Amino acid sequence: MSGPWEGEHQGHAITQPSSDAKAEARSYLWGLGLAALLTALAFGLAVFKIFSGPALFAAIGVLALAQIAAQFRFFLHIDLSRQKREDLQLILFTGLLILIMVGGSLWIMASLDQRMMG
Amino acid sequence: MTTEMRHHPGINLSHSRPEDERHAEVTVFGFWTFLMNDAILFALLFATYATMVNRTAGGPTGAELFDIGNAFVETLVLLLSSFSFGMGAVALKEGREHPLKLWLGVTLVLGLGFIGLELREFAGLIGQGATAQTSGFLSSFYVLLSIHGLHVLVGCIWIVVMLAQVSTFGLSRQVRSRILRLGLFWHFLDLVWIVIFTTVYLPAVAS
Amino acid sequence: MNSSMLFGKLTFDALPFYSPIAAGGAAVIVLGGAGVVGLITWLRAWPYLWREWFTTTDHKKIGMMYVILALVMLLRGFVDALMMRAQQAIAMNAEGYLTPDHFQQVFSSHGTIMIFFMGMPFLFGIMNYIVPLQLGARDVAFPLLNAIGLWLTAAGAALVMASLVIGVFSTGGWTGYPPYTELSYSPTVGVDYWIMALLVSGIGTTLSAINFIVTIYKMRAPGMKLMQMPLFCWTALCSSLLVIFAIPGLTVAGGLLALDRYLGMHFFTNDGGGNVMNYANIFWIFGHPEVYILILPAFGIFSTVIPTFSQKKLFGYNVLVYATMCIAVLSFTVWLHHFFTMGADANVNAFFGIMTMVIAVPTGVKVYDWILTMYRGRLRFDTPMLWSIAFIVTFVIGGMTGVILSIPPLDYVFHNTLFLIAHFHNMLVPGMLFGLFAGYAYWFPKATGFRLDERWGRRAFVFWVVGFYLAFMPLYVLGFMGAARRMAYYDQPEWQIYFVVAAVGAFSVLLGIGCQVIQLVVSIRNRKGTMDLAGDPWGGQTLEWSTSSPPPEYNFAVLPQVSELDAFQVAKEAGRPYVWPTHYEPIEVPRNTALGPIFGGLAFVLGFAVVWHIWWLAAFGIAGVIATIIARSFAAETTRIISSEEIMATELRWHADVRAKQEANS
Ligand code: HEM
Ligand SMILES: [Cu+2]
Repeated sequence: MSGPWEGEHQGHAITQPSSDAKAEARSYLWGLGLAALLTALAFGLAVFKIFSGPALFAAIGVLALAQIAAQFRFFLHIDLSRQKREDLQLILFTGLLILIMVGGSLWIMASLDQRMMG
Repeated sequence: MTTEMRHHPGINLSHSRPEDERHAEVTVFGFWTFLMNDAILFALLFATYATMVNRTAGGPTGAELFDIGNAFVETLVLLLSSFSFGMGAVALKEGREHPLKLWLGVTLVLGLGFIGLELREFAGLIGQGATAQTSGFLSSFYVLLSIHGLHVLVGCIWIVVMLAQVSTFGLSRQVRSRILRLGLFWHFLDLVWIVIFTTVYLPAVAS
Repeated sequence: MNSSMLFGKLTFDALPFYSPIAAGGAAVIVLGGAGVVGLITWLRAWPYLWREWFTTTDHKKIGMMYVILALVMLLRGFVDALMMRAQQAIAMNAEGYLTPDHFQQVFSSHGTIMIFFMGMPFLFGIMNYIVPLQLGARDVAFPLLNAIGLWLTAAGAALVMASLVIGVFSTGGWTGYPPYTELSYSPTVGVDYWIMALLVSGIGTTLSAINFIVTIYKMRAPGMKLMQMPLFCWTALCSSLLVIFAIPGLTVAGGLLALDRYLGMHFFTNDGGGNVMNYANIFWIFGHPEVYILILPAFGIFSTVIPTFSQKKLFGYNVLVYATMCIAVLSFTVWLHHFFTMGADANVNAFFGIMTMVIAVPTGVKVYDWILTMYRGRLRFDTPMLWSIAFIVTFVIGGMTGVILSIPPLDYVFHNTLFLIAHFHNMLVPGMLFGLFAGYAYWFPKATGFRLDERWGRRAFVFWVVGFYLAFMPLYVLGFMGAARRMAYYDQPEWQIYFVVAAVGAFSVLLGIGCQVIQLVVSIRNRKGTMDLAGDPWGGQTLEWSTSSPPPEYNFAVLPQVSELDAFQVAKEAGRPYVWPTHYEPIEVPRNTALGPIFGGLAFVLGFAVVWHIWWLAAFGIAGVIATIIARSFAAETTRIISSEEIMATELRWHADVRAKQEANS
């Protein structure tokens, strides 16, 4: 039985990263590249205002969602492959609740604001 | 990728030792639960920010205050730190202690750099007289950003502790499982930051 | 108020000499506390308490400590209720005996205590004790977090109690609405006590909820599928999930209010661009799920008690599970019904009104399931069953008044009247409290080995139920007559008679509580007669009854193999309820640790320091927390092994008890 505290200084044993590790590192690089690209796009759109108004805000929002998805995929390794579902369900459920809470709050507060000032 | 059953989302430790996997499965699930709790906290702060954004009480607006260049640099620093942590995680999985420490160190420096940038930004704003007491808008701005910044600070302290633990205990099961959770935490903070620059900085310059 | 480096805002003026009654209350707390400490010292029980209880990580002992905390706080909260009832019975065109300010403190502390420091600890206590046993697990997933959760809850309760002696409590009600609770209108420390108590206990509650969720998902007995879990575990799971997703609302609302008060920010102020309505919004994003957090586990208890005492299977298990899930999700879609009158447009109000009516549907479904479980059962009317039946009848009345309130135009009439007070007591007293009493009576023999006295239990039951109806039905009438809630005085002569009846009702509840105290004493004294160490006094259906009473530290020497719902019932029907091996494996259990009390103590100190602006002490508290966490992360030995010999000896003793019982029965 290997206890939780059994240290193992393997650092000296393995010196070369395995091919598996290289694949993983590539995945992180992909994530970095994609995230950087999406970030640059979002900032670029906002600063240079190639178009404006609601379309601009929508575009920025979509880019953010895309980047969140990319980071989930490449940094957190969360995708739809075979794995325990419970954690994923939890994350999705949280997403739903965030939608309800934030969406509901904005709806309610906007209505109140408008009726107070409008 | 591997066809084996993964026990939890995110980086998995070695598949060679089922007992480790079992331990990680339980603790990682617990940690996800905590993160989701934290995500709701941030969501409510975002909702609050959105309802306060026009409540400037005659004070300056975001468009007048925010330095988009600084926000861009902050974004890149945090993104790079997320990446460097990922590289650390690869080293961890391979059981390679030195690269792990190195990448953790890089992440730490980037994290502290991010906090430094944020503090500099705050100092600049306060210098212009835009404090958290100026308006509801600025209260919600400072609080949202500070709560995120405090999380990054906690992450930095955690990295220091883990560096010490790797040196003391080596890559024991406990240590590896903790670094795994630290990784989830760190990536999560970058996710929150995406929402911050999208809802705080970009709309201010875009409008 | 000026403030010193060393003591912040704390001066001798903080002692409650502003009214003789407040001073009397403080004296009771101080003398009572000193009495308990003195008694323990005299009995030299400190080492025992420290070793066996305070530092434990055993979920069963933690559960019992939660329940004890809840019962103590129930007494405190009920004294507040009596004080209000007495005041309103005599305050017709008269001052009564409480100043308005003091009256406000009383209803604020009553509401806060009953929800956060009576209801929550009570149900977390029962969940702690029972859930792992019902799952056939040896332990919870995170025993240490669990212990810390208990101590943080206790620290929050201690802050509320401290406010009685040092300073004042909030006058802002249990909801603490700004702008009234902002510094400009509430300059004393009362609101700060309220916020700190809630923040501290909120963290504790979150930790325990994480522990339950992971325990239920990952620690079930081998073979037990989710749909084979006892219903109580389902409700514990849903309730814990609600905690995870709802408590952030409380943290944000309370935290931002604190920032306004301490740092002069403008979240909820009238000036500076603040938005008071956002407070109500965020508070109720938390507040509505909170009532389901309180009530779902009680539904789980009824779903356990009713089949056992009907000697039947639970009717509609699947339906009950899905109804519970529906309620959990829907409970996040109705929060606006608490502020229909704030003025959102008709679409918004209509949406939330309809959602509120929708959520009544799964709740109604549950009631039918319970009734159908009893239908053609062989009913036994022991006290747990009595509480359950009283619950069903009374709860239905409360539910109907809830549907009335869910209609926005009607809510405009009843909002903030005593009709609302009657409604939610009508839900929470039978829905939550009767459930907790049922659970207390039902599982008491599991935790102690002997049953509660039936006669005193019935007396308590009668006084409680009669008292409940007398105390709250008049409030519906008063609501119709236009009486507002939270009134220290009134000048409508025709109201008084109803207030007097309500006071009589509260007095009857007092007798009920008295009977419960006597019941406990009598039961302990007569324990020989009701002793059942074999472990299954009621003919239970779920796994907690398949161990000894009280269960050993490791719960199950051999993990049960589960393939069906109601595993223990199935095993009994198959004629082999117990599987006894000849050989035992050693078992690893967590060691005791002082971390629970340490974190609780630090949290109390931190909260107290922040309330009184004693900043050096607050810094000490924060540094202490960080240092403790880091130090703990370097601790190596956190578990110990119970040897197989020890387990064997324990198990054999239990086997003898079981055989003795079987022989006595045959
Ligand atoms: C069984 C005996 C109880 C009695 C006699 C009682 C009595 C009262 C009274 C007189 C009030 C003040 C009504 C007013 O505003 O004029 C009140 C308020 C309240 N009670 Fe109770 N109560 C009892 C039990 C409970 C329980 C079990 C709970 C919750 C779990 C509870 C929660 C509350 C809350 C939240 C308030 C509102 C406080 C506020 O206005 O902020 N009560 N109760
Ligand atoms: Cu509600």
